This record gives sequence, structure tokens and C-alpha cells, in this order.
Amino acid sequence: MKILVLVKRVPDTAASIRITGEGASIAQDVEWVMSPYDEMAVEEAVRIKERAGAEVVAVSLAPEGAVSHIRLALEMGADRAVHLVDSQPDRDAWSTAKALAEVVKEEAPDLVLAGRTAVDMDQSFVAPAVAALLGLPFLSSAVKLDLEDGKAVVRRETEGGHEVLEAPLPCVVTAQKGINEPRYPSLKSKIKAKKKKVDTRPAPEFEALVKLETLAYPPQRQAGRILGEGVEAVPELVRVLSEEVKII
Amino acid sequence: MKALIYVEQRDGKVRTATLEAAGAAAALGCDELHAVFVGDGLAADALAGAGVSKLFLVPPSDSYSPEYHAAAVAELARDGGYDIVFFAATQRGKEIAPLAAVGRRAAFLGDVLELAADGGGVKAKRSLYGGKLFGWFSAPAPLVVTTRPKMFAPASGEGEPAVEERPAPAAPEKRAVLIESHASAGGKVDLTEADIIVSGGRGMKDPANFAILEELAELLGGVVGASRAAVDAGWRPHSDQVGQTGKVVSPQVYFAVGISGAIQHLAGMSSSKVIVAVNKDPEAPIFKVADYGVVGDAMKVVPALSAEIRKKKGG
Ligand SMILES: Cc1cc2nc3c(=O)[nH]c(=O)nc-3n(C[C@H](O)[C@H](O)[C@H](O)COP(=O)(O)OP(=O)(O)OC[C@H]3O[C@@H](n4cnc5c(N)ncnc54)[C@H](O)[C@@H]3O)c2cc1C
Repeated sequence: MKILVLVKRVPDTAASIRITGEGASIAQDVEWVMSPYDEMAVEEAVRIKERAGAEVVAVSLAPEGAVSHIRLALEMGADRAVHLVDSQPDRDAWSTAKALAEVVKEEAPDLVLAGRTAVDMDQSFVAPAVAALLGLPFLSSAVKLDLEDGKAVVRRETEGGHEVLEAPLPCVVTAQKGINEPRYPSLKSKIKAKKKKVDTRPAPEFEALVKLETLAYPPQRQAGRILGEGVEAVPELVRVLSEEVKII
Repeated sequence: MKALIYVEQRDGKVRTATLEAAGAAAALGCDELHAVFVGDGLAADALAGAGVSKLFLVPPSDSYSPEYHAAAVAELARDGGYDIVFFAATQRGKEIAPLAAVGRRAAFLGDVLELAADGGGVKAKRSLYGGKLFGWFSAPAPLVVTTRPKMFAPASGEGEPAVEERPAPAAPEKRAVLIESHASAGGKVDLTEADIIVSGGRGMKDPANFAILEELAELLGGVVGASRAAVDAGWRPHSDQVGQTGKVVSPQVYFAVGISGAIQHLAGMSSSKVIVAVNKDPEAPIFKVADYGVVGDAMKVVPALSAEIRKKKGG
């Protein structure tokens, strides 16, 4: 069994993001981490490997030198990695998906795992696009994944319930919060990861369809009014909800 | 521009989020507005008054399959030469739209907040980095767009659409299929579509205390959400989590009760119209974004609030 995990680096969710230059790029001096859902995807792949045996390959399209998230995947238990070094200035989600799909095609895994979304662009496009480009079934937002009889069976939460979907392998599955708790690599696994191979090569370029024109800060919310302390404030809150907000 | 709207139905009615997607198309100036529904049992007049002139009906597959729905939409979009296909950014919409975009070889813009016409294409505003920035993107037709619920006014228009039946699409043999579905009783409104959300955090102390939030939510016709701390403690299901790794919501009113206001939580709710915070710590960061705050013990304030509202409603 071979499992490919698609991983992306994003700014830490606690980082403040600053716009630089002409207004369409962000300051790069933030702390970069693996997107949280991708961590869950790596964890799931490694758990399958520990349970049933598998080769786990982490694949990332990232700028030159941007390897800390790839190293983390190896430290968590991936066996090797492919780093597509990206130097296309107008790289968009489409051209990312096409570049990653080439690797998936070449590696021909039994299963492709990725996070439900990357928390920077938050568009949930690349994983389903890779699936569709290669004609692989797509199972999104898994909170539980079972592999049996050549099939992937996924449980996911719905708006007020849950459902189970299945698809034949090979397929693409995205991880949702709840599927697992990603591990912190031990010192031993960190040392072991140093010997693991990262295949570094230029990312193929493809036409971009979507262009980021400008970035802007959202309007700052102003701190409002403290209506008071404890139950004493309740009559005023009710008056506000009824007269100003008009929901009562 | 010629637009096609993917219709989602719930409890026999077209979902509000779908009507908002149609509203987004109309506001963009799409002069021809058609809709497609995959499945059985959509009432002929379900889209009456939604400004849609034609409704295509595609027979359902044996069991729900994202690839089947995507193939139905992509085929129709290609055959009909639609410039832009709209989905609501609901769970289903988010899953099918990217597959349809690839099938149509169309540019994709997900979860958009605003749209403007731009030559033969569009400009779209999206929320990035957990709501810390907005980005304006441009893309040419053909396009697939998903619209964030509650960001666009629902469509309005005259009359009912003409109905046209379509054959089943040529969907891939190998695909994902639904094998089990369990809906919770009562059909809870999804957080992303709720007008009023009452969220509780670690400050609720105990899962049983969420009963007072349920009570307040019910009085106001809202639903209950949660912070990650409350979800991680096992007090609430993952689907209730609001924030950067949960749901992004934009209700009329968001109550944050016993929630400190961590940056990842704010990412999910700072586009709410009105924020009301109840927290015993006057220094809690949530008060920096709240329109109205009450400093105090949630276990006392919330029941008192419910009692007062009930009194007022009672006349
Ligand atoms: C990668 C990543 C992703 C994350 N994603 C999310 C996310 O999607 N959503 C999210 O919410 N968080 C997320 N977090 C976690 C976030 O950083 C906070 O830890 C979390 O939001 C805290 O939840 P809380 O406000 O309920 O708890 P706390 O921060 O512990 O706050 C509890 C609050 O309750 C108040 N309180 C206590 N007792 C009472 C009382 N009796 N009455 C009234 N008030 C009381 C306290 O004063 C305090 O302000 C994420 C973190 C990371 C690192």
C-alpha cells in the first residue's frame, strides 16, 4: 500500500499578517507551519502505516528552501517526500492542482490524503481538483477513515447529523477535525527523519486562471459598550436587543 | 452573462443559501439565469419568484455521489455555454463545485463574499488567512463560483421557471457514493445559515450548562455554537465549532458566552453583524470586538436574560 499526503505550508494561525509591496503579497517573516488539517492527513497516513503497513510519501509544492513543514511530515512518520520547488509568480490553485496531479500520477498511490482546506487561502479546491484531474473518486471531510476490501469508507459530520460514504481505491480523501490528534514527533523520530529522502525538483508551470489583484485589511471592529455587571445589566441588554438590534 | 445555479433542497424547500447564490448572479448583472436540480421531488413552483427563467431537472443517481452531481452540472454548463455556474458554499456545494470546475475546465472562486463584473469575467472578494485579510481576485469566464451563505441578498423576480428534463450525465464509473445517512431530529439549522448563534466556551464549565444556551437560542430562534475549547473537551460536536478550524459564520447576532476571544475564534465570527459577549473577565479580548458586553457569571446572566426575554415576549 502506498499513501501520498499533500501538505502545504501556511502562516501560523496565531501570526499577524501584514500586507507588503504593491498590496498583493504578505510579509514573509511570519512563522510558517504545516496547515493544521494537513497535519491530520499526515497523522492518518502514518496510523494506517503503523496498523497495516504502507509507504507514506509527503508531497508539497512550496518555494525554494521552504521545507520545515516537509521535515515535520517526515518526523511524524512519512517515509520520503517530494518537494516541488515553486517559482511561478502567478501560481494559483488550478496550476497547483495540475502540478501535484503529475506527481500523483507518477507515484500511482492507493490513497491520496490531504487536509479539508488550507487555512491560508481556505478554498478547498486543490485536493478535489487533483481527484477530478486524474478521475479518482473524492471523499471530503472525513472524521473517520476505514480501508477495507479495496475501498475507503469515510464518516463525516453533516449539518445536524452524520453520513457514511465509500469509494473504491485509489481515491482522494480529505481530513476534517476530529479524525485524529496529530502527534508531536519524538526526538528519536526527529533524528530518524534526518536520513529520509526529499526529492527536490522544479514544479512544472501551468497557466493560472485566477489572479490575486489586491489585499486589504478588514475594517477593525470597534470595541462596543459594556452594559454593566452581572444580572443588573440584563434589563439594559434586553432593551438593546429589542430596540437597537431588533431581534426581540 | 449567462449563469447557471445549482439548486439544493432541504425539507422540500429550496435552501436560502441557493436563493442567495441566485441573488448574487442577478446582482452581478447576469441577464440569463437558469437553474439545475439533480434529484427527485423538487416542486415545480419551488423557484417561483427567484428570478430564474429555466429549471433543468436531472434524474438522481441510485445514491448521492459528488462525481455524479458534478458531471451533471459540468455537462449542462458546457452544452448550454454558461459563463458562470453558482453554488452555495454549503457542505454539498463545497464538495461538488471544485469537481464541476475541473469537469468544465473553468476557473474556480470559492466561498466568495462579494462579486463585481470585470469585462468578460468577474472580480471576487474572498476572506483569507482566517479573516485577517480580504483578497480581491479576478478570473475570466467560464467560471465556477461558490457564495458564502448570508453574504448576498436572496434573488427576487417574477413568475415560475420553465422546466426542462435532462438525461442522466455520463458520470465516472468509479466514484464516491453515500451508503448511510443519519440526520438529527428536528433538522437543526446549520450554523453558517443561522441568523442568531449562541456560542459557549470553556467558561461554561460543564456540558450540562449548555442547556441555558440552548434555552436562550430557542427563545431567539437561533442555534448553539461552541469554541474549540468546548469541542476539544468533548462537550459539543465538532460540527458546532466556530473559528479558523471550524465554521465561519456571519449571523445577525452572535452571543459569545464564556469565550475569551482567541484570534482563531475571532476568525470564524468577526463578520457577525452584532456581537454580544458575556464573560466574567473584564479584560477578556472578546470585549475588544463585541458591540455589547456584560461582565459577569454566565450561569447567572444567561438564565436571567432568558427569563427577561420570556417576560417581554409574554407581553
Ligand atoms: C491551529 C489552531 C486552530 C484553532 N482553531 C480554533 C477554532 O476554530 N475555534 C476556536 O474557538 N478556537 C480555535 N483555536 C483555539 C484558540 O486558540 C483558543 O484556545 C480557544 O478559542 C479558547 O476557547 P475558549 O475561549 O472557550 O476558552 P478560554 O480561552 O479558556 O476562555 C474561557 C473564557 O471563559 C471565561 N469564563 C470562565 N468562567 C466564566 C463564567 N462563569 N462566566 C462567564 N465567563 C467565564 C473566562 O474569563 C475566559 O475568557 C485554535 C488554535 C490553534 C493553535
